[in-house]
Formats: sequence, structure tokens, C-alpha cells
Amino acid sequence: MNPLLPFEWVVAIRFLREGRMQTLFILVGIAIGVGVIVFMTAMLAGLEQNFLKRVLTSQPHVQLLPPDQIARPLRDIPGVIEDPVVQRPSQRIISIDQWRKIVAAARAMPDVAEVSPTTAGSVLASRGDASRSVTMSGVEPETYFNIVRVPDYIVAGQPRLTSEDVIIGTELAKDLGASVGDKLNLRAASGATRVLTISGLVDLGNKSANQRTTFVALRTAQSLLGIIGGATTIDITVRDIYAAETVAQEIEAAQRVEADSWIKTNAQFFTAVQAQKNTNLLIRVFVALSVAFGIAAVLVVSVIQRSKDIGILRAMGTRRGQVLAIFLVQGGVLGFLGSLAGSGLGAAALVYWHAMARQADGSELFPLILEQSLFIETALLATLTGLVAATIPAVRAADLDPVVAIRG
Amino acid sequence: MLRLEDIRKSYNVGLPSQTEVLHGIDVTLQRGEFVALIGPSGSGKSTLLNIIGLLDRATSGRLFINGKETSSLPEHEITRLRGHSIGFVFQYHLLISAFTALENVMMPMWSDRRFASADMETRARELLGEVGLAAVAGNKANNMSGGQQQRVAVARALAMKPDLVLADEPTGNLDTASADDVFALLRRENTRHGTTFLLVTHNLDLARRCDRIIKVVDGRISP
Ligand SMILES: Nc1ncnc2c1ncn2[C@@H]1O[C@H](COP(=O)(O)OP(=O)(O)O)[C@@H](O)[C@H]1O
Ligand SMILES: [Mg+2]
Repeated sequence: MNPLLPFEWVVAIRFLREGRMQTLFILVGIAIGVGVIVFMTAMLAGLEQNFLKRVLTSQPHVQLLPPDQIARPLRDIPGVIEDPVVQRPSQRIISIDQWRKIVAAARAMPDVAEVSPTTAGSVLASRGDASRSVTMSGVEPETYFNIVRVPDYIVAGQPRLTSEDVIIGTELAKDLGASVGDKLNLRAASGATRVLTISGLVDLGNKSANQRTTFVALRTAQSLLGIIGGATTIDITVRDIYAAETVAQEIEAAQRVEADSWIKTNAQFFTAVQAQKNTNLLIRVFVALSVAFGIAAVLVVSVIQRSKDIGILRAMGTRRGQVLAIFLVQGGVLGFLGSLAGSGLGAAALVYWHAMARQADGSELFPLILEQSLFIETALLATLTGLVAATIPAVRAADLDPVVAIRG
Repeated sequence: MLRLEDIRKSYNVGLPSQTEVLHGIDVTLQRGEFVALIGPSGSGKSTLLNIIGLLDRATSGRLFINGKETSSLPEHEITRLRGHSIGFVFQYHLLISAFTALENVMMPMWSDRRFASADMETRARELLGEVGLAAVAGNKANNMSGGQQQRVAVARALAMKPDLVLADEPTGNLDTASADDVFALLRRENTRHGTTFLLVTHNLDLARRCDRIIKVVDGRISP
């Protein structure tokens, strides 16, 4: 006799409690459906986040490059049809025109979080007899490390980049038999050489990247590659990662550069995620439908079983709307309780799967993300589904003729 | 307090099986009267009681309760009148089994006011005491004998202090002793509070102890 619950709620809950087996079975049914949704959604979110984290802390969101050099035919006389074979020129290492101005402009954009000029090119790294062709990236550590979190990937030494330092990938260090504190000789195609000290080793989580990556100070790279004061790319991070493509297009429209967003360069990933999301949505819809029909079926039977009770209630002065509410509440309560049980079930399955499923190297396959919002959203959705499912049985209950109900 | 004018009732209206069950009933009940309604099985007693209790509508004719004509009242008014002015005691399916005896007695008040309160409970306990069932207040319906259930139903019918109590064979499936108990209970309520009673019974002995007997035969009042 809870004085805080209105009559309709009390009756609804009593009816559910009295119909033990029916209530229990439908709750299990709802819980399984909700559990599947919670499990799938959370795992998908985990996998996606894992990928995003990896991508977005190891590469810029937008990268600006010098525009492609295009060869044009010399003669271009109107009315004269030519059939030229235009050969694409060899792409030299060239600096972005007026890059300082572009950096300043990009930095002024509200969506942009960090901008960092980079000068990169191929060099030969050698130590003793061993040598390897590597990609040398000359960066400004104070800005670049906000884009690619090199310090997070340092496995030995320091993330230090004075003009005498070089940070190299772990595989490269292995190949060259070098370690922190050793000297490394870098030679550019032009023949220019520098000897730098290895200040740190990075593991970028990818073998070929670890074989080819070397970071040096911007000035060091500029002098070695012979483009003093130049920058071959400008790396950018944006505040909203999904706005990256828009930002890229805005920059391209305003500056003479080519701008590639991570969204464009990882288009395949997006297609895959979108396909997954569509599948997930479809599964959700069908699970919700089957839950709805399950609840409706149970309540339709309940209305028939309860017809005498309904008749007594109506004879006592219970209004039609109250009878309606009694059955709507039952639907809502079933949906809500089922979603609680299902959330627990889904979360438990997720924790178990998270513990069991491992990548080859033993690290987690996906981070365990159990967001409150997922559970709240699921509970709301399930409650709403229950309410909607209950409408037809509830209307039938409210429409019962009290005499017929009592005569039963 | 209650007046029926030429009440007719047909079942299956519009169907080939349409049959008129009540053929023009005229009845008047005075306030505080204690009246027995008798007649053979199938004569239309229950049908008449349901019409008077506003559970069913007459096909034609007029029904006045406390001077108010009811056939033109909207649904919610009818429901309200049913809850506030009329108490029912049925022959079967007396109580709602998901609730205790006490809760069943509270139910008309609870449904009306929507939130349970201490007065409601006090009133219900008082009524259970009056019908001699204070001890089983916490029992669910299936933990009570038929006679006990019947008495709980009487207590429930009285909960809203109705002007009129309609009882359809309230003692029909009770042994003589229990039937006498329930009858005595109704009679006492009638003398104490002046509540009007109309009870259907097959028990002529009980009928004779009422103020008046109305006999229905084949859907007509028989003198
Ligand atoms: N819902 C109904 N549909 C059709 N006929 C009915 C219905 N209810 C009662 N009847 C008929 O009406 C007549 C009167 O029934 P009822 O009022 O129950 O009589 P009583 O209570 O006096 O036994 C009976 O012939 C019965 O068959
Ligand atoms: Mg009858």
C-alpha cells in the first residue's frame, strides 16, 4: 500500500506479480533482446574508439600538401584540337608556398586545435655497415607532439628533439643495431649528411612504420633536404574530428594547397563503420519489434485472464482511463525491468568477452566502454516499446463491457 | 431514491438472435428500503440489477437515481455515480485475488482518490471489523472461505457509503449459517445508516425478512 504510488501503478504491479510465470518469461525474453543490443552496441563503440584513438593520435586530422604539379601543353590555341600526351612531372621535394601565412590562417580557424609545419623526405640512415632508407620528418616538437603523440609512444630514451637529436622507430633501431645515445648518420639524396644522436625510440604499433620512422628537428630536416625555411606539409588537428573534412575543404578553398582529411584517407574505415552501424540499427529495430510483440502477446492474454478483475474494478467506479493506465503501466514496467536485466546481461557478457577476446599480442581487442548514456537510452527505448506494445491490449481492457467482464 | 419507468432490455440488438429480456419494468424504491428481488432463473433479475447499477444500459425506458435521469449521462458521469452512489455485491468473482482483504475493501476509495492514505485504511479496517473479519485483514482472497469472501465483498460495497447497495444472490453459494450472517450484516447496515438495499435471492425465507418483495417473471414485474 505504497502511499506514493497511484492506484493504477499499484494494480499494474500486483497484476504483474501475481502472473509470476508470464511475467518472468517475458522479462527473460526482453532481457535477452536488450542484452544483445547492449553488447553489440558497446563492443562496436569500443572497436571504433580503439581505431579512432590509434588513428587520431598517430596521424594529423588534416594534412596540407603543396598542390600537385600539373604539366600543361605549351600551345593552347582555341579551335585547334591537340592530342597531347601530358607526362606527369616527377614530384620533387618542394616547400608549400607561403607556408607561414597558411599556418597562421589555419591557426585562426575556430575548429582548428593545433597546426604544425613539417619538412619530410627520404634519407639514408646508416650506422657502421648497416644502412636503411627511411622517412625523415622534421618537426617542431612543441606543436607536432600535440598532433602525433610521440611522447606516448616512446619506449626508450626521451621525446627530446634539439637540432642534434633524432628519434627513431624500434624496428629501425633493431635493424641498425642502435640504441639510445648512439650516433646515427643521415644522408640525403643530394649527398648532404648529418650525424645525430638517438634521443629516443618509438613504437607506433605498426612494424613497417617502426622500420621507417625518424623524427628530427624542423631545422635539421630543412638543411639536410636543402629547403631552408621550407615546409613540405602542414599538419593539423581539429577539435571535432568529424569536422575534419569540412575544415580541409575550407582550407583548400582559401589557400593554394591540397588538404587531405583523415576522413578521406581512411574512407574504407568509414564505410565499414557505417555498414556496421546500419546493421546494428536494423538489429535494434527487429529486436524492439519482437520485444514489442512479446509484450503485446502477454498483455492480450492477461486482459482476457483479468476480465473479471477489470469488471469488478469498473463496477467499483474505476474509470476507463484508469483501466487503460493499468495495462499501459504493465507494458512500460515490463519494458523497463527487462531493459535493466538486459543491460546487466549485456554488460556481463561484454566484460566476459573483453577478458576472453585478445589480440595476437595479448592486448585487448577493444576497450571496455560501458557508457551510462547507452543504458539510459536503452532503458528509455525499452520502456517506450513496452508502452507502445501495451496500447492495443490496454484499449481492449478499457473497452471491456463491465457486465460481460463480470459474467465472464 | 430509485425509479424505473418502462425499462426494456434486448440482447443482441440488430442481430437475428435479438431477444427482449425485460418487457417494460416500472419499479420505485424509497430511501432506506430493504427490498428482495425474486423470480425464476432466467427471468431477468441479473439483467435488471445490472441496469439499475449502471453497469448496463437499458434499450429503452428511464432510470432515475436520486431524481437524476441517467440514460443521457455521459460515460464518466455514469462511472462516477457507480463509484460514489452504488455498492455492488456479486454472487461470484467477488474479490480481486492479487490484493488482501483489507486492500479489496479499500479499493473503491483508493480507485477514486488514487493514493492510499491512513484514513482509507482506518475506514477499511473498521468495515472489516463490522463484518467480523478484522483477523483476516491481511489474507489474500484464496486464503479465505466463501463466506468470508462474501463478507469482505459486503464491506467493500459499503466503503464509499453508497446510497444504494445492489446484491446479486449474495448468499447463493453459502451454507445456511453463513447466509444468515451475511443477511444480518446487510440488514444491520440498512437500519444503522439508512442505506437502500436491493437484493436478488432464491431464498424465500430471507426474502420474507425484507421490507418488500418484488417478483420478476419472464421479464415482467409479477404482482
Ligand atoms: N449477454 C446476454 N446475451 C444474450 N442473452 C442474455 C445475456 N445475458 C442474459 N441473457 C438472457 O436474458 C435472460 C435473463 O437473464 P438473467 O438476467 O441472467 O436472469 P436471472 O438473473 O433472473 O437468472 C436469460 O434468458 C438469459 O439467457
Ligand atoms: Mg442471475
